[in-house]
Amino acid sequence: MLEVKDLHVTVEGKAILKGLDLTVQPGEVHAIMGPNGAGKSTLSAVIAGKDGYEVTQGSILFEGQDVLEMEIEERARAGLLLGFQYPIEIPGVKNIYLLKAALNAAREARGEGEIPAPEFMKLVREKSAEMQMDPSFLQRAVNEGFSGGEKKRNEILQMLVLQPKLAMLDEIDSGLDIDAMKVVANGVNSLRSADRAILLVTHYQRLLNHIEPDRVHVLVDGRIVKSGDKSLALELEARGYDWVLEESVA
Amino acid sequence: MSAPERFLERLNARRENDPSWVAARRQAGAARFAAVGFPTRRDEAWKYTDVRAIAEGDFALAADAEFLAERLAACALELDAHRLVLVDGRFNAELSSLDALPAGVSVTPLSQALEANHEQVGGSLGRLAGVDFSAFTALNTAFADEGAVVRLAPGTVVDKPIYVVLISRANEQAVMSHPRVLIEAGARSEATVIEHYAGESGAANFTNVVTEALLERGAIVNHYKLQEAALGDLHVASIHVDQSRDSRFNSFNLNLGGSLVRTDLVTDLNAEGAEAAYYGLFFLQGRQHVDNHTLVNHNAPRTFSNESYKGILDDRSHGVFNGKVYVKKDAQQIEAYQNNANLLLSDRAEIDTKPELVIYADDVKCSHGATTGQLDEEAVYALRTRGIDVAMARGLLTLAFAGEVMEQVKLNEIAERVERAVAGRLPERFNLADLVETAEAVQEA
Ligand SMILES: Nc1ncnc2c1ncn2[C@@H]1O[C@H](COP(=O)(O)OP(=O)(O)OP(=O)(O)O)[C@@H](O)[C@H]1O
Ligand SMILES: [Mg+2]
Repeated sequence: MLEVKDLHVTVEGKAILKGLDLTVQPGEVHAIMGPNGAGKSTLSAVIAGKDGYEVTQGSILFEGQDVLEMEIEERARAGLLLGFQYPIEIPGVKNIYLLKAALNAAREARGEGEIPAPEFMKLVREKSAEMQMDPSFLQRAVNEGFSGGEKKRNEILQMLVLQPKLAMLDEIDSGLDIDAMKVVANGVNSLRSADRAILLVTHYQRLLNHIEPDRVHVLVDGRIVKSGDKSLALELEARGYDWVLEESVA
Repeated sequence: MSAPERFLERLNARRENDPSWVAARRQAGAARFAAVGFPTRRDEAWKYTDVRAIAEGDFALAADAEFLAERLAACALELDAHRLVLVDGRFNAELSSLDALPAGVSVTPLSQALEANHEQVGGSLGRLAGVDFSAFTALNTAFADEGAVVRLAPGTVVDKPIYVVLISRANEQAVMSHPRVLIEAGARSEATVIEHYAGESGAANFTNVVTEALLERGAIVNHYKLQEAALGDLHVASIHVDQSRDSRFNSFNLNLGGSLVRTDLVTDLNAEGAEAAYYGLFFLQGRQHVDNHTLVNHNAPRTFSNESYKGILDDRSHGVFNGKVYVKKDAQQIEAYQNNANLLLSDRAEIDTKPELVIYADDVKCSHGATTGQLDEEAVYALRTRGIDVAMARGLLTLAFAGEVMEQVKLNEIAERVERAVAGRLPERFNLADLVETAEAVQEA
């Protein structure tokens, strides 16, 4: 589904990703862990298409398509969606507008017609309820004045409505209290299916208690230096990153 | 014949049945107008606005007020209100509904007010907008024989909005109208007054309106000017407000229509606790020209004003914002905030903005600013990552920009109407009209 090969990325002339490889198959959940500044957000931003990142080497394929050749919105319509570490506020743009415009764009790309209004209303109300968000949030401007936890729930709400094939969630667990964590984790788990995949960036095992990963990768200094199953996350939690570094240098 | 002479000639053709004091006023207005003539761009206050399209026009006075109810329904707000309808400046009784006014409130067509109770009207009419304010107020004074007189007895809170609809028809011969609106709000009274300019799309008339509002102690008036005239209409307006102690005037000046539009808004805050809020929105396309001149006079200590005007300009449109705040000597501890923000959607659109503070007191809190810019690229990116294309992302952000003013509009029918109009008139590529409707449906469900 997603194939990242030998990816080298520089930002303002500074090398951030230095030969990163990652393959995600349909149905899988991958977790990426690693110290601050390792390049985790950079990886997801490059896949989503953010400006200012220069790919100097390597490739990204999504369902066989060359992602780097696609416009930002094409990537999203193809089913590649990024949940931001720091969701921005968009004053004045109502959540409901964003959801409807985004959903119709994806449907149009798939050759489906616009979603009928009643169906859309039902869908967004249902999904808000799943995220335990009051329907009044739909009429509020995107993330404006939302608490940290509400912003994260709002990211997942978008995912639930848009049903991406590959959801990349960058530190979706930061800033969540225990209850909100469960709500968010349930939301993410409901996205799981045999033909979808999830890429989680996180620092904490506690998220992985709720969303069990198939693979765990350690990203250090622009490379994936170790991969394993879910037990690797537990080991990292207990021992930190130093031992991985030493192992990879050795 | 000079332009002023040509205009004034129409005055002689009017049916003469004015009381003598009205006739005297007309003469004063006509004399003043004849003396000063139409302003030119050499006049500082008209530097950016060329009124030749008016001065060189040929405008008759409407002979009747006929207008089909269906047509009115098509352009008026769907609003539970006390309604007074003027068609090309003439009162249409059938389309109006003024029967259910609560005690203490009167809403009268100016013609009837002049006839029935001229002493009382005579006292207030023209008190704030004298013939020397501008050539256009002089011209209005010469001609005004119709309009709306709104009176609120002390302590009256009006249950529903007072809705004045001013229709401009697509006439064979272009017409001019000089409506006059007078609002007298007694102590602690409260009302919402809407002036809605609308009409037929082919209209190319000249409207020259003067509004005066007198607010006694503690009165609250919400004043909406929703200008949706046809794109061929010429529109000049001045609004004059006089505020006593603890009164509050909320002005919403919403401009979507007209080819040449000029609005002057002047408020005198004359006693402690008086407060004025000015909210403005203009959305211009094609070659529309809209000029807003606002002035707040802080004449007394502890008076407050807050102004926010937003402009969205597309194509080759031209906007003008000139906002002045004047703080009189010894008007201490006042607060005055003013802001004008503009969004240019096209390289060829133009905005001239000039916020001005003139302060003769030293203990004041004031700020003013003007910004003109493009859309937030960070937000465009965030929307694109959800699959929304650049055009629609820009459309959404443009709507959001207008939304910051519309949030202040407490009257839902107007907020929705304007939001729809903005969404619907955004370049087609943005395609937002349908989106807005769904969102409203979701809210209502
Ligand atoms: N726009 C930028 N300009 C300069 N440096 C940048 C920019 N974006 C990222 N970087 C640098 O790239 C490196 C990787 O940043 P990135 O945000 O990808 O880290 P991360 O692994 O997500 O860290 P964290 O765990 O703190 O979120 C950091 O050193 C960061 O300072
Ligand atoms: Mg990060």
